[in-house]
Amino acid sequence: MAAGPRIANPVRSAFAPGERDDTVVVSIGPSHPATHGTIQIFAELSGERVIRADVHCGYLHRGFEKECEAHTWHNCIPYMDRLNYCSPLINDFAYCDAVERLMGVEITRRAVVLRTLLSEYSRLCDHITCIAASLMELGAMTAFLYMVMIRDYMYEHIAALTGARVTHSYGRIGGLARDLPPGWLERLEEILVQYDDFVGRVHGLVDRNRIFIDRMRDVGVLSQADALSYGYTGPMLRSTGLALDLRKDTPYLAYPELDFEVPVGIKGDNYDRYYVRMREMDESVHMIRQCVEMLEPGPINVDDRRCSFPEKPLVYGEIESLINHFKLVMEGPKVPAGEIYVAHEGANGELGFYLVSTGEGTPYKVHCRAPSFVHMGGAHKMLEGYQLADLVPTFGSINMIGGECDR
Amino acid sequence: MSAERRIIPIEPAGSPGKSAAFEYISTRKDELIGWARKFSIFPYPFVTACCAMEFMAVSSTPYDTDRFGAALPRFSPRQSDLLMVVGTVTHKQAPILLKVWEQMCEPKWVMAFGVCATSGGFYQNYAAVPGIDRILPVDVYIPGCPPRPEMVIDGIMQLQDKIARQKHVIVTKDF
Amino acid sequence: MKSSAEVFDRIASRLSDREGEVAVSHGILVANLAPGGVLAAARLLRDELGFDVFLDVTAVDWPGQDPRFEVVWHFYSTSHKVRVRVKTRVPESNPSVPSLTPLYGSAAFMERECHEMYGIGFEGNADLRPLLLYEGFVGHPLRKDYPKEREQPLVAYRPGFELGERG
Repeated sequence: MAAGPRIANPVRSAFAPGERDDTVVVSIGPSHPATHGTIQIFAELSGERVIRADVHCGYLHRGFEKECEAHTWHNCIPYMDRLNYCSPLINDFAYCDAVERLMGVEITRRAVVLRTLLSEYSRLCDHITCIAASLMELGAMTAFLYMVMIRDYMYEHIAALTGARVTHSYGRIGGLARDLPPGWLERLEEILVQYDDFVGRVHGLVDRNRIFIDRMRDVGVLSQADALSYGYTGPMLRSTGLALDLRKDTPYLAYPELDFEVPVGIKGDNYDRYYVRMREMDESVHMIRQCVEMLEPGPINVDDRRCSFPEKPLVYGEIESLINHFKLVMEGPKVPAGEIYVAHEGANGELGFYLVSTGEGTPYKVHCRAPSFVHMGGAHKMLEGYQLADLVPTFGSINMIGGECDR
Repeated sequence: MSAERRIIPIEPAGSPGKSAAFEYISTRKDELIGWARKFSIFPYPFVTACCAMEFMAVSSTPYDTDRFGAALPRFSPRQSDLLMVVGTVTHKQAPILLKVWEQMCEPKWVMAFGVCATSGGFYQNYAAVPGIDRILPVDVYIPGCPPRPEMVIDGIMQLQDKIARQKHVIVTKDF
Repeated sequence: MKSSAEVFDRIASRLSDREGEVAVSHGILVANLAPGGVLAAARLLRDELGFDVFLDVTAVDWPGQDPRFEVVWHFYSTSHKVRVRVKTRVPESNPSVPSLTPLYGSAAFMERECHEMYGIGFEGNADLRPLLLYEGFVGHPLRKDYPKEREQPLVAYRPGFELGERG
């Protein structure tokens, strides 16, 4: 590094400043309040208008796949949490589902319903975080504070179940870490009532707010053809009017039994993306209430010694369980050789796990098809042609999550 | 509570930084400046990863760092004096972190928020820096993955103690 | 909507025209093709069979086997609601497959990632700059022979800290 500048530049822009006389190249990020920390955008401006944009991610690439290859199938679960840290439970359950299908394990009814409930609860948290952050970036501080308040109730509530506020590590191969504590469902209903109240205020504050509409309507428009070509899924694709939802199309968990709608937008601009997320949150609340009704007592872990741990008293009391526990902890569950791709509807879109096993206790390969990463590949389509200031709400509405984008 | 009125004694501050400051004014200039500085921390949130979720909670309504004079995030390094490194710093991010730190004016402090910033956490591989203290000096470490907001507040209070006890170089013999 | 088995049968009959084996595994149709047949198969999938979303491309490293790398593509059809996996093997000496950028916009980013992580070349993708890694990174970290903890820092460590020292 002797020849170059003292602090090296980690990226190279697709276009150099000074290629054209009438434009200027601006670098936005990677440490910028509106880029959520970890993205860098080179924007070529003509006046205030973005002509070309070059999006760079990878500032949070922390070797997720390499780490997974060095851990047992169980020990990978905490790494899943930190992919999309706004909705960690969806990641956990998608990964566990993939491993279970590879092993041929069918989880218990109570685990199915609980996973569905918690996935929707997590989706609620994720959308709240996304909307709160993008509203704050537009200056709507009050709405942000309302959203963070209700989200904090949820965090504390999930912490009562899982032991952690943000990164829960609650999924287990073959079931869940532990059952619901007493009074959890009662508190859940209280929070859902409060949620209606808080989100109602946000609706009142911003939905028909002239400033908000001017910043969001017809800004960052994405056509349906572009969305499909760039591999968009989830709320981003639905905002363009295509009702594509893995919960409906490729049924998993308890979703086939639930009654819910798939909200879609009209033209795929920022306002549609905001509103699709708001509507999805209401649908999630509706689903959570149905799941509470469906919940029946029963075991949460399958009785399969290949993956689930024996009861603690048995581990201390008999040699077979002790050895079973030892083998599961030290060597990991033996997953049959093969490969599998399983996708769940994450908060941002299709969250897929491609696993390759050679029959060992550690995965041979764990690849995550992360929606945020794919969305970044087409982000320039939504930035080009709009004002520089529009970059902030557009980027906020994509809901790029560094953990799963860069992995 | 009984009808009798309770009298809460106002204790004189034993050591600097231990209590609120309106009970006395120090005659030591270092102490006075330390007192002023510890209640006006302007953080620069260098937010990268999961810990951002807790940073959002800790800096807004539920936990409110404004009570410690550390509420208003400045997004320009030149206006801030506390660099909060919130989340994993990778080798790709390291030059940016160093650049931000170098742009900050003295006096400046650095907080490693969460285990990734402290030691790399459970990312011990080719991509993550195993602790930001390898590239810049750190004043306060907050463990946790991510830390609970109470731990962050504790970290801020410990930093305040440290600032109050520091020798502030602005105090020269000409001051 | 037709059942996925019917859809798979129809696709399998079309794909197996071009030398390669086709089978269903865990609810996904898997086609093993020669590297040269991938672009044509992808075009067939997109234009005639309705696979309009390109989900993912990645590679699997099998050191000691020949050919060493397995490149894996996933496609999704919004009309049939099914997925197809296309696989091919490429040798270490010439790890090169055709790029799908002419067909799908999403291929550009994913191929860049696969290129830097495994060193797979994508013919036809002009922009293979580092994406998740950085300029000057030597090697391909997801290959099995890359040590997990080999760091390549851009910023020199402060005095007292050794490279590779942990804890």
